[in-house]
Amino acid sequence: MDSKPGHGLRGSYDPSRRGFLIAMLGASVTFGFARSSLAAVKGIASGAQWSSRVSELFEPTIWYSIDPGGEVTVNITRAEMGQHVGTALARIVADELEADWGKVRIITVDSDPKWGEMVTGGSWSVWQSFPVLSRAGAAGRLALVEEGARLLGVSKESCTGFKGSVHADGRSISYGDIVARGNLRRIYTAKQLNEIPIKAPTHRRLIGRDTLALDVPSKVNGKGRYGIDAVIEGMIYARPKVPPTRYDSKVVSIDDSAAKHVPGYIQCVALDDPSGTAPGWVMVYADSFTAANRAADLVKVKWNSGEAAHVSELDLQRRGAELIADPNGGALVVNDPGVDTAFSSAEQKLERTYTTSTVMHFALEPINATAFEKNGVFEIHTGNQWQTAILPVLAKALGRSQDKIVLRSYLLGGGFGRRLDGDYAVPAALAAKAVGRPVKMVCTRADDMRFDCPRSPSIQTLRMAFGDGGKVTAMEHHAAAGWPTAAINPKFMLKDGRGVPFDGFAISGADHWYTVGAQRVRALCNDLANRSFRPGYLRSVGAGWTNWALESFMDEAAHAITMDPVQFRLGLLDGVGRNSGSAPNAVGGAHRQAAVLARVAEKAGWGSSMPGGTGLGVATTFGQERDMPTWLACVARVRVDLRTGRVTVEKLTLVVDAGTLIQPDGAAAQVEGAALWGLSMALHEGSEFVNGQPKDTNLDTYTLLRMGDVPEVEIEFLPSTATPVGLGEPATTVVAPAIGNAIFAASGARVRHLPIRPKAVLEALAHRA
Amino acid sequence: MTTDKTTFNLNGRSVSVQSPSDAPLLWVIRDELGLTGTKFGCGIGMCGACTVHVEGRATRSCITSVGAVAGANVMTIEGLDPEGRHPLQIAWLELQVPQCGYCQSGQIMQAATLLKDYPNPTDQDINAVMAGSLCRCMTYLRIRKAIKLAAGRMQEGATHG
Repeated sequence: MDSKPGHGLRGSYDPSRRGFLIAMLGASVTFGFARSSLAAVKGIASGAQWSSRVSELFEPTIWYSIDPGGEVTVNITRAEMGQHVGTALARIVADELEADWGKVRIITVDSDPKWGEMVTGGSWSVWQSFPVLSRAGAAGRLALVEEGARLLGVSKESCTGFKGSVHADGRSISYGDIVARGNLRRIYTAKQLNEIPIKAPTHRRLIGRDTLALDVPSKVNGKGRYGIDAVIEGMIYARPKVPPTRYDSKVVSIDDSAAKHVPGYIQCVALDDPSGTAPGWVMVYADSFTAANRAADLVKVKWNSGEAAHVSELDLQRRGAELIADPNGGALVVNDPGVDTAFSSAEQKLERTYTTSTVMHFALEPINATAFEKNGVFEIHTGNQWQTAILPVLAKALGRSQDKIVLRSYLLGGGFGRRLDGDYAVPAALAAKAVGRPVKMVCTRADDMRFDCPRSPSIQTLRMAFGDGGKVTAMEHHAAAGWPTAAINPKFMLKDGRGVPFDGFAISGADHWYTVGAQRVRALCNDLANRSFRPGYLRSVGAGWTNWALESFMDEAAHAITMDPVQFRLGLLDGVGRNSGSAPNAVGGAHRQAAVLARVAEKAGWGSSMPGGTGLGVATTFGQERDMPTWLACVARVRVDLRTGRVTVEKLTLVVDAGTLIQPDGAAAQVEGAALWGLSMALHEGSEFVNGQPKDTNLDTYTLLRMGDVPEVEIEFLPSTATPVGLGEPATTVVAPAIGNAIFAASGARVRHLPIRPKAVLEALAHRA
Repeated sequence: MTTDKTTFNLNGRSVSVQSPSDAPLLWVIRDELGLTGTKFGCGIGMCGACTVHVEGRATRSCITSVGAVAGANVMTIEGLDPEGRHPLQIAWLELQVPQCGYCQSGQIMQAATLLKDYPNPTDQDINAVMAGSLCRCMTYLRIRKAIKLAAGRMQEGATHG
């Protein structure tokens, strides 16, 4: 096969390439990697702008520090958006450091080149951080034990670190005292660092045990500070007039005569955006948000828009279908020899096409940012998931170098991939620059929706060839959708074996772990989508549609050869060849996917008899990327009202193997949320483009899952000490196909479009075989 | 529109504000009075993130004008309990309900009035009263559990206390 190159962005931290420094800074001791080799994430595309500024000076980047009082401060470079990531990362450090958890605190840091790539997405945070933070903790413990032994006048071999102190023969000295009295300066070479052993899982004290997350208290008393809560002295407010299309609208005229009657209204400015991120924006300024909001409603802007203003959801899907029908386009992400031969000699063939509608992020905190210039530095206060992606864009927009721009971190009122795209920071910064004073830009919900980077509509055609006795001999998966990476950060595009670029995030999931003979996966960029709007990363990205198609299709394939859908899948998850897995991330390969599938079937009572109109459906996934698989399977129990087509999900059962769990309760929370996201997108959400804009701009028409729609949810994690992997997204991708398959089991109606509406179920019922 | 001062009680203290009387209470509380625990989500009263109590009733502050609460008692998340230890807040903490947390002030304020009306709420009561409070992180399973936990303890407290 043409193996898919790994995303440079996704590679794990590689401490082997760097020395590790322990340094005294003021009264504290700091622990970090040498800046001279600060490739905090390996394989960053060369020429990334920050690397040129990395100093050769002896100056550590600080992952954590200990002060003379023994307080451990862990610096968190990941956005806090509900995953309690700061707590999980600090637990990794603290476990190896043998810190006293009661004396550990976390700081979410602002953007700075010393942190390397700052990104919070792909469910990567724990997976990427674990190797580096556990070694950093271990190195710190070794140094403290060595120095503690010296201060105690005993051999270091007789000492152990435990709960923030070094102990030997009934005596002890606290880490704080060692910092205050000892000399902790150390340099570990890359080789030495690599040789520092990490604890055996049985010796872990914090990892795998629950604790109260450090970010939660401020979220029950109103004290948590989100981007929208930023206050800067002397700031004024702004609300944008968002143009009719994302890219091709130009301001023709502005009439603010009516707005002038709004008390507090200041002025309107048509922004000039050299970065092209927010072209055609007009900013309406006032002394309060209420006044800016009202004035913006009264400001009349005329735009000249291009062809995107006429694009509909149907146009987008027609274009996708055209691309799929042409056998020559796109990137061949997997391209085994023998696919065409297998199809031409097949005993039986199956072909099905699946579609999904546009989905909105609807992060509950509407996008906003507060910007101002101070002492020559442009500060932007906002919640963001990918600081290093938007900084170069801001530099272009503001006409200044990146080292004169800083993004200050806040809690995110929802990320879900919306804030991987920091586009909203650009108009806020330009708004502040235009008037030369601090500006807080707040979008209304409708502004937020119209400026969203939604999940693109998708269309996919899958084919399977069967040989003797129903043996699967070949499979094809063709997927066309808008590509987020092409729109948001093209330097992270991948290339197929022939050098054809593709967005790995938009096709992941299709390169599955089933053994299906000769396999072909073809990724097609829906060029009309990318021209007309900004396709975004939305929780699980491409796997959100590829797994809908794949797992619906696997069900149809099983029925085509009259096999049980669970048994059919288990037979293909044989762990042979490229599906056998590899260390360290995918040990066990497809066998682990088979294990979660078998367990969920058992747990959910697969094969038991169901009342009329009720059925069980199954789906499974490996998450998004093959080099960070999270094994997961789901059974949905669904009741179908045959008269109305209404679908009620009664229960979701999920079984997960995510390797080592750092914070088990937090892991469960991520699966709960992701599974209900999957349910929400399956039955409740979905929008459509009308005249170049998403039709739904608020909750009056965009419907999301609410309390009364929540089914019983049962989640089980298989015990594992394997590499910890990601949990924020994978469960989103199994729920819709499990529901679709359950609808078929309950009623014989096969649905092939997301979201599943009662009308589609009724139509499918009418076409039952 | 008038720019006369509006006076009302906020978390037990009398406040006078300059905002026009037709300004939404939400933005007056957040921007003029500086209490940012109450959140802006949809602006049309359909997400519940802006929920406060007006005379003890859960009210969507994004669609309530400040003039409408002149002379009234308004309570925000910051005033629910002086120590932030309302039984709901304790249950929320123990069960680790919040994810991103943005909606949770509104959820807690809504749940507080739920428990006043239904001290021992059924699932149907919870579904009905909490229907207007959207959680985009989908923490609904834990919200339900935490409401029941707090209700149980408040009942116990009422019986034994």
